Order: sequence, then C-alpha cells, then structure tokens
Amino acid sequence: MSATATSTSDVALYALRLGDDALILAQRLGEWSSMAPELEEDIALTNIALDLLGQARFLLTLAGELEGSGRDEDELAFGRGEREFYNCLLVEQPNVDFAHTIARQLLFSTYQLALYEPLTGSADSGLAGIAAKAVKEVAYHRDHAVKWSLRLGDGTAASHSRMQDAIERLWPYTHELFESDELVERLAVGGVAVNPAGLCDSWGQFIGATLGEATVTVPETSWRPSGGRRGEHTEAFGHMLAEMQWLHRSHPGASW
Amino acid sequence: MASPIAPGRQLVSATMLTVDQLAATIGDIADPEIPVLTLSDLGILRGIDLAADGHLVVRITPTYSGCPAIDPIRREVERVVEELGPPDAEVRMELSPPWSTDWMSDDGRRKLLDYGIAPPDPAAEPGCALLSMPARCPRCESEDTREVSRFGSTPCQAQHVCNACLEPFDRFKTLR
Repeated sequence: MSATATSTSDVALYALRLGDDALILAQRLGEWSSMAPELEEDIALTNIALDLLGQARFLLTLAGELEGSGRDEDELAFGRGEREFYNCLLVEQPNVDFAHTIARQLLFSTYQLALYEPLTGSADSGLAGIAAKAVKEVAYHRDHAVKWSLRLGDGTAASHSRMQDAIERLWPYTHELFESDELVERLAVGGVAVNPAGLCDSWGQFIGATLGEATVTVPETSWRPSGGRRGEHTEAFGHMLAEMQWLHRSHPGASW
Repeated sequence: MASPIAPGRQLVSATMLTVDQLAATIGDIADPEIPVLTLSDLGILRGIDLAADGHLVVRITPTYSGCPAIDPIRREVERVVEELGPPDAEVRMELSPPWSTDWMSDDGRRKLLDYGIAPPDPAAEPGCALLSMPARCPRCESEDTREVSRFGSTPCQAQHVCNACLEPFDRFKTLR
C-alpha cells in the first residue's frame, strides 16, 4: 500500500494517542515539582516532564493540523473531555510514592523507546521527525529509571518492599501497551505506525533483566485492564484532568 | 559540519541585506537561558531559503523537545526578520535532522567554559550516545570530577562536582 492511500484522519488519531501518552505522563511527573525526596530528583522528574511536554506539543500540533478542524495544541490539551483522551492507562496511574513513579517510568520509557526507535523510519515525515528527536530524550529517561529501579529494588528492606509493591500494582496495565487495533494495523501496513504487538518480546526481556538485577519479582496476573485507546479511563484520570484543565477552562484564552 | 546557510543572494527588501548578512544578524541573537551563547554558537539556525519569487523562509530547530527557550527565541527571530527581511517572510520550526551538540561552534564551547559551564564532548570525538569523556572542571581544569545528577537547571545541562577543588558545576550534556 502506498503512503498516499493512508487516511489523514487515521494519522491524526494516531498522533493524538502518542501525544496523549506524553502529555498525561508529563502532567503526572509535574506533580512531583517541589515534592520529590531530594532536590536532584525534583529537577530530574520535572526535566523528564518537560521533555515529554515538548514531545506532546509537537504531536498534538501535528494531530491538529492533520485533522484540519482548526484545533491547536492548547485546544487539544485543555479543551477535550475525559472520554476524548486516548492515552494508555499506565501513564495516568497516580504517583503514590517515589517507587511507584520510578516503576511507571521504567515500564513506560522502555516501551516508548522501543516504539520510537522504529517510528523514526515512519512513512509520515512529521511522525518520523518527532520520533528522531524524542528517541534521544527517552533513552535518557529509561537510563534514569533503570538506575533508580536497581537502587530501590536492591536497596533496603523498605525500598525493596515499596518497589515490589509498585511493580505488582502497575504490571496489569502493561498488557494494554502491546494491544493493536484496526487503526494501528491499517497504518502499520502503510509504514506510518509501529504495531506495538511486535515490541512485547524485547520489552519483556529488558524489563525482566532489569527487575531481576533489582531483585524484584515479576508478578503473574490474569487481570488485563484496557480501554485507554478508546477513551475509557481509570478513576484517577478525571481528577488529574480537572487539575490540569481548570485554569484554561476558567479563563479561556488566558496567556502570559 | 558544513554551514547550513546558503551562500549570499540579494534579498528583496528595503534594506537590501544579503542572505548572509541576515543570517549573521539572526545568528547573533543571544540564547535567553545561557546568554553567552548565540543561536549561531548553538547551531540551531538551520538555514535561510530565498525562493525565486522573493519568499524567505528562516528555519530553526529546538535543542530539546521541551526547551522553554525556543518560544522566546522564535519570537526574537520573527522580530528581526520582520524588521530586516522581505515582507511575508516565514520562520519555520524544523525537527529533522534532530539537533546535536556536534553542531555547537568551537567559539561557543570556549564561551561556555569561560562562563563556568563545562562544554559537551568535541564534535570530532566518536563515542556513545550520551556519555563518554569525563567533565573537566571549569574552575581548576581537573578531570577528577563526578556526576551528581544527570539533570540540571536547563534540559541541556547535568550537575557535576569537582573532586579536586570541590566546586560544583554544570555541564552541557553531549547529545548526538
């Protein structure tokens, strides 16, 4: 199939999914601002948030241009309701504690890196350009998460227990990352999207090796929550969105 | 790295600057976060294209996706282009190829060091993507330094400390 056969609205929705992943995780990490366990980590988590926010801005802008109805990055970030967000459930999970935040970072950045690497060769030059820029940043994010996972997992009894709890709580949400649907399959045939189903093995190997070194046990769970890509979210998401959007919604068009 | 700027052609404007002269003026704009560096030092002015019909496009690229400096930089470039360029000139954000510290000028590296920030690895050095040479202390020049945090006061810097003189310092991260 040639790239011209690819539907523009498909690419717009795909860019929105990727952009929502980055935006929602940026918002969650931003909640650590002035609250992290040490100053360096305060700066690290908010720097990672900033990278993700930058990626989200490019992706939402691209989505807005492709859908052609005049919505810009702000309108897409602050003007959509809960059911109109297509991020995966993992990124919206609450921070809980530092171990949960690091576990979420490890699970997601490993996935995001595995996704962005082949996306640099996307038939859509807009997506390829954003991925090529983001891939360098995400490699750095994963490195940060790996270092802390080892330190917490293979640390004191208290830090180990928190890291183990975090992995157990978040693990069910990782299955959704590798789910495919008709949209992704259509775009993957055209060379635009990366089918995430193909990333699961290498992701599992990297996560398994890292958690093994961190003395954290990978849980076996049969619960596989999903629905984020269809706009169906977990309870915590609406509360987070209210915090994220209230200023824009209370003062439409406000700027400084 | 060859200069991304096309060789001089006459611009259609009241001031009759050449493309090279306009590029030099834009290149001299200071970075708002590390003001000793100019856009030209950073290598983020990617090119100026003058079409046969006189339409001018200035292409700039961000350092990191979320770098907050890029919005004020863009506004400043737009102001200069509006003042000195032809009517309806356009400032375009370009992501590809992604920015690399290999594009930073030697002059920029010297200015960073004088400012107290350890510069990134030299462009000619082949090495791994993110880490290679030890940071040299900008104060006492010792290479006996350690990384305190991989993240710093801006997206492009990391925090180090010198084991010899005990001075903490920032390092511009090598990005390739």
